[in-house]
Amino acid sequence: MANYKYHILLCGGTGCTASESPKIKANFESILAEKNLTDDVQVVATGCFGFCEKGPIVKILPDNTFYTQVKPEDCREIIDEHIIKGRKVQRLLYENPEDKEHISDSKHMGFYKKQMRIALRNCGFIDPENIEEYIARDGYKALATVLEQNDPMATIDIMKKSGLRGRGGAGFPTGLKWELCRKNEADQKYMICNADEGDPGAFMDRSILEGDPHTLIEAMAIGGFCIGATKGLVYIRAEYPLAIHRLQIAIGQAREYGLLGDNIFGTDFSFDIELRYGAGAFVCGEETALIHSMEGKRGEPTFKPPFPAQEGYLKKPSNVNNVETFANVPVIINKGWEWFSSIGTEKSKGTKVFALAGQINNVGLIEVPMGITLREVIYEIGGGIKGGKKFKAVQTGGPSGGCLTEKFLDTPIDYDNLIAAGSMMGSGGMIVMDETSCMVSVA
Amino acid sequence: MDMIKLTIDNREVEVPKGTTILKAAQTIGINIPTLCHFELEGLGVHNKPGSCRICVVEVAGRRNLAPACITEVMPDMVVKTNSMRVINARRTVLELMLSDHPNDCLQCAKNGRCELQKLAIRFGIRQNPYVGGEQSNYQIEVSPSIIRDMNKCVMCRRCETMCNEMQTVGALSAIERGFPAVVSTAFNQHLEDSPCSFCGQCVAVCPVGALTEVDHTPKILRAIMDEKKKTVVQVAPAVRVALGEEFGMKPGTIVTGKMVTALKMLGFDYVFDTDWSADLTIMEEGTELIGRLTKFLNGDKDVKLPILTSCCPAWVNFFEHHFPEMKELPSTAKSPQQMFGAIAKSYFAEKIGISREDMISVSVMPCLAKKYECSRDEFKVNGNPDVDYSISTRELASMIKQANIDLATLPESEFDSPLGESTGAAVIFGTTGGVIEAAVRTAYEVITKKSLPKIDFEELRGLEGIRSATIDVDGLKLNIGIAHGLKNARKLLEDIKAGKCNFHAIEIMACPGGCIDGAGQPLHHGNSDIIKARWEAIYRADKEMPIRKSHENPSIQAIYKEYLGEPCGHKSHELLHTHYFDRQTVVEVGSDK
Repeated sequence: MANYKYHILLCGGTGCTASESPKIKANFESILAEKNLTDDVQVVATGCFGFCEKGPIVKILPDNTFYTQVKPEDCREIIDEHIIKGRKVQRLLYENPEDKEHISDSKHMGFYKKQMRIALRNCGFIDPENIEEYIARDGYKALATVLEQNDPMATIDIMKKSGLRGRGGAGFPTGLKWELCRKNEADQKYMICNADEGDPGAFMDRSILEGDPHTLIEAMAIGGFCIGATKGLVYIRAEYPLAIHRLQIAIGQAREYGLLGDNIFGTDFSFDIELRYGAGAFVCGEETALIHSMEGKRGEPTFKPPFPAQEGYLKKPSNVNNVETFANVPVIINKGWEWFSSIGTEKSKGTKVFALAGQINNVGLIEVPMGITLREVIYEIGGGIKGGKKFKAVQTGGPSGGCLTEKFLDTPIDYDNLIAAGSMMGSGGMIVMDETSCMVSVA
Repeated sequence: MDMIKLTIDNREVEVPKGTTILKAAQTIGINIPTLCHFELEGLGVHNKPGSCRICVVEVAGRRNLAPACITEVMPDMVVKTNSMRVINARRTVLELMLSDHPNDCLQCAKNGRCELQKLAIRFGIRQNPYVGGEQSNYQIEVSPSIIRDMNKCVMCRRCETMCNEMQTVGALSAIERGFPAVVSTAFNQHLEDSPCSFCGQCVAVCPVGALTEVDHTPKILRAIMDEKKKTVVQVAPAVRVALGEEFGMKPGTIVTGKMVTALKMLGFDYVFDTDWSADLTIMEEGTELIGRLTKFLNGDKDVKLPILTSCCPAWVNFFEHHFPEMKELPSTAKSPQQMFGAIAKSYFAEKIGISREDMISVSVMPCLAKKYECSRDEFKVNGNPDVDYSISTRELASMIKQANIDLATLPESEFDSPLGESTGAAVIFGTTGGVIEAAVRTAYEVITKKSLPKIDFEELRGLEGIRSATIDVDGLKLNIGIAHGLKNARKLLEDIKAGKCNFHAIEIMACPGGCIDGAGQPLHHGNSDIIKARWEAIYRADKEMPIRKSHENPSIQAIYKEYLGEPCGHKSHELLHTHYFDRQTVVEVGSDK
């Protein structure tokens, strides 16, 4: 980044935007202008930091100070005290609920300590509307590597060995899915991104699209290259206007930089992406229903087989992956399958993003390694139950999932354990209920 | 072919790869119940949403029950079709369906023929634990042909498959979500305002009483009883090969003579034959074909070719809605039903000395679109329709039963004269390929002035969706196309539009198989063997006729001499020809409309 002395990062996700983060940004900028500091301090609207409970979040770099629940009228104090005088604004720092100590660096906060950010690596860190910030964080390097190697099967093999499974909920191995689609010969194939996030409480896909849209573009191009598709389609719900806006900007920039379009990186590979808008029907997140909806038909699931890999969009072989799944792809290519598969449990590799909601202290978006226990998620990251009440159950897996009670608190979270426990991973919604929740009303 | 071995109810079975569990079970006599699943083998009709879940079975190693109708067999699969879990699941599915279904079976048009009712009997449902839940509440919609009572709909989606895949009409589709979800037209508009062709194939496949035909039998009974009215009835060719099924006879039994006796016993004053006017249609349509061909061969580039048949009213509705820009292509000849009506209320009314208002003209048709056709304004004179009522084969059967007549034991009688004499060419109008074969039989002899060496044109027959043949008319190569099922008609029309078509004449029938599988016929419940038996019977009936070419029908020759003058002459045009309308309701994107 340029020669700025300070960077003020503030959350530009949907939640913080609703809590006036655009006004905060405007205030920062006008005060900086007033004080002639615009060459020294840069204000960046980033994607979601995850700690939505305490939003709007403002982070100051380089000292990594994490301010919570910032209001537009706090801007002057932050600039006067922190930027000009170098003194942290204590009252805006996160207060550790246990010892009431103020914590300034997010790394030391319980909410972040056990997290591991792969899919969300750039969320809350870069300006999602600036492709160069993505490129500066190894963006499009994985695509370059894959195209340079020019061996789709080798890339598919990396994906298979990495153990990455579909993050939309069912957990189908991604590499295998790509391979099956690759095997079906056709004059046209489609790489489809399922951005029709609909599980109650889940918003990780929206956050990735809002905070790091280029990772999706890069991963779809890699996937398209592997299965033999030149067209990518993102089925995104129309209720995600900010995500749509950012994705459109990102697609435009990628085309401008030659990272989408004809002969990417001077190779024979051409790939472009179009958006398709969903009207918000929950069922359209199911891949056959999603495809029917994109075709202009009634969004209803149909029986498989035929699988989309055989007969998908417009009856052509198609591959549908979820946003979070795609967000893992470039990192796996860059850091290697060995690294990725060293994270997680035997059959569930890597991390999973969860949206913590309900009667829990730290509501927000978290990314944790597979195999973490519910207890760690709820009590350490989530900060326990609101008002010190007793835990009753946590609902996972959306409407198709189930409720897990206290006896499953120490179960390591992965695809298979959750199914064995009678629920499922789903796309990552976690709704925590305390002792006063009525299970009959929940049902 | 790859064979797969599996076990169903402890019995080993071997079937080809790709077979469903349902069909595999059928091969060893295990009859798994179905409801939404519907297939007409050999006619390209297959509804397989796998949604009703009545057919679920237990598959070892599988977490949930599998729908047998769409789950393909796998090697070494172990299937249980009657375990406690399966039986309980099926009962629950059925009970839930019944909880949102009216209990008016006794007054339902489908009483006794309802597939849901049959399942309730089969599962011995005596009470319903789910009574008191949410009940659908939809308005009953009546159109000239079809009654839609969506309160009875079980969402099997068979009608949608027929309307969208088989017919490509696109009138019916599921709308709304959750409890309000219902099969309807776009924006819930009236069927008459939709692109519906009234082919009625939705009615023909509806397992319950949600889609039924408008019943005209009470009005006809009153007309018969009215001494001031003379009742004239005509019967379409396909009725005689199917009516017997309603009386327990074998499919394909020809009951022409018995049917005539029954109609006379019902009290119709004159029992005539649509076959007679089918012969008349050939004279008119054949002459029109020869006229257009002659112009074409003489170098007239503006002549409208190929000529398309116009006997099928659902097909007429279809092109008026979907291809109005091509409405100059079909023959202007009215359908046999309407030709008959026009002659009955002019020539015949004059002959017996009554006014057209004192005549009630009834048609018995295998068809529901005929009900709509006879209500069209252009087929009325001063508001009085040429055909007052059109009833289906099923309605005729109901009338006969109500009159305590046992069709099977009746003696045979002849149609009345003069509108009852017909030929073999007319009876084959009842199936796909028949109209064009009848036309070719006449056109050949008129063009060549020679006698046909062979009357049977096997190359025009069959049940394939689109067929073609080139007939050598003494050196003139006549290219014939045939399509049945509107999906196939659409393909041919699009080829014509794209200039990829070299046919001189094309025959189109809306229903799969033609009129033998019309929506007014006895219900086949997905058994295509019944349709094949009717198809064979049609050609048998043709063979049995002493005269097999329309232009040789003495009564037809007489009416031209006596009344009409010549085919396509002035009087013919007035009585026997019509014109078509642009009824397009769906405007395609990019159109300037």
